[in-house]
Amino acid sequence: MDPLLNFPEFKLDILKEIGNIGAGNAATALSILLDKPIDIGVPKVKVMPFDQISNITGDSEQEVIAVFLAIEGAISGNIFFILTHRSARMLLASIMEFKATKESGFSEMEQSAMQEMGNIMAGSFLSSLADFTHLFMYPTVPSLAIDMVGAIMSYGLFEMSQLGDHALLIDTKFFDVQAKEEVEGHFFLIPDPGSFDKIFAALGVPSE
Amino acid sequence: MMQENIVKVGMADLNVTKLNGIIKTTGLGSCVGLTLYDEKERVAGLAHIMLPTSSIARDGVINVAKYADTSVPELIRRMERLGAKSNRLVAKMAGGAQMFAVGSSLDAMRIGKRNVDATKEMLQQFGIPVLSEDTGENYGRTIELQVETGILVIRSVNRPTKEL
Repeated sequence: MDPLLNFPEFKLDILKEIGNIGAGNAATALSILLDKPIDIGVPKVKVMPFDQISNITGDSEQEVIAVFLAIEGAISGNIFFILTHRSARMLLASIMEFKATKESGFSEMEQSAMQEMGNIMAGSFLSSLADFTHLFMYPTVPSLAIDMVGAIMSYGLFEMSQLGDHALLIDTKFFDVQAKEEVEGHFFLIPDPGSFDKIFAALGVPSE
Repeated sequence: MMQENIVKVGMADLNVTKLNGIIKTTGLGSCVGLTLYDEKERVAGLAHIMLPTSSIARDGVINVAKYADTSVPELIRRMERLGAKSNRLVAKMAGGAQMFAVGSSLDAMRIGKRNVDATKEMLQQFGIPVLSEDTGENYGRTIELQVETGILVIRSVNRPTKEL
């Protein structure tokens, strides 16, 4: 039996609150950087089968832009900041006021901007998590890939896959308030299985 | 015209088919897509392997399709039920990439290579030759095996399509 499937509701709520605070800080950081209001959706905490995770933007072979960072320190896990091609284009244009310099694909400058955006969001997310758990943690340097979403997300499932066929992820959507269309970005935090107990213990949540 | 028969294999899953159509799996990163083929009976099998060995499973009941050491014998067994003979089987494989240069652990980063090695080791144990492979590197792959011919088509983002 997949242990994640028995995760009690109140623990999921705690993780959701962590997601909320972390994502709120990440959105504030982004909003200060860009001098624009950035809104976030209510984070979703989901226990999902791997197959569904690899289809998270519709199809596992869909091309996406992904910034990946691993979490190191007292807890471990993976962070993915994922944008569809269209959203990345809109984000660069509307939020960062970049003009498309290439017909297709992204220039080095554009990739670097998206990488830095992922970096800032992950950094502020983790520092708020560290503040309130008093656990020491930090992200690795960010890497950017433009590839199939299934291939990318599966990179973060290694630890979970030794335990079962599901992963728990905290998914936050954010968007530019002033943009006409929703710029959809996903910020995924996938803690490694051993990290849950450490987070809960740090918050004084009794273990069963 | 007959409607083409498409068999899709998900992550940590395996399936078999015969005679015509295609059998495919999408978005392979560090996972290995292993295809086995019996040309005489036109029986094809595909496994989307996620981990090298079931000995690292921390749970009692395992999904045999997920591990190289358990999925290879299961795939052979399922193909034999469709009339394949294990001594006629040939293998082609793709995947086993390392998508990023950083990771939460060295084990996590090397998993692609370990999946490829473990799969080959199992094939060797069963005496199944590897005709061709497209493994490693740092990009995702979608693969489909054409059941009538045994040709393996590999697609990647911003790269030419390959045929093995």
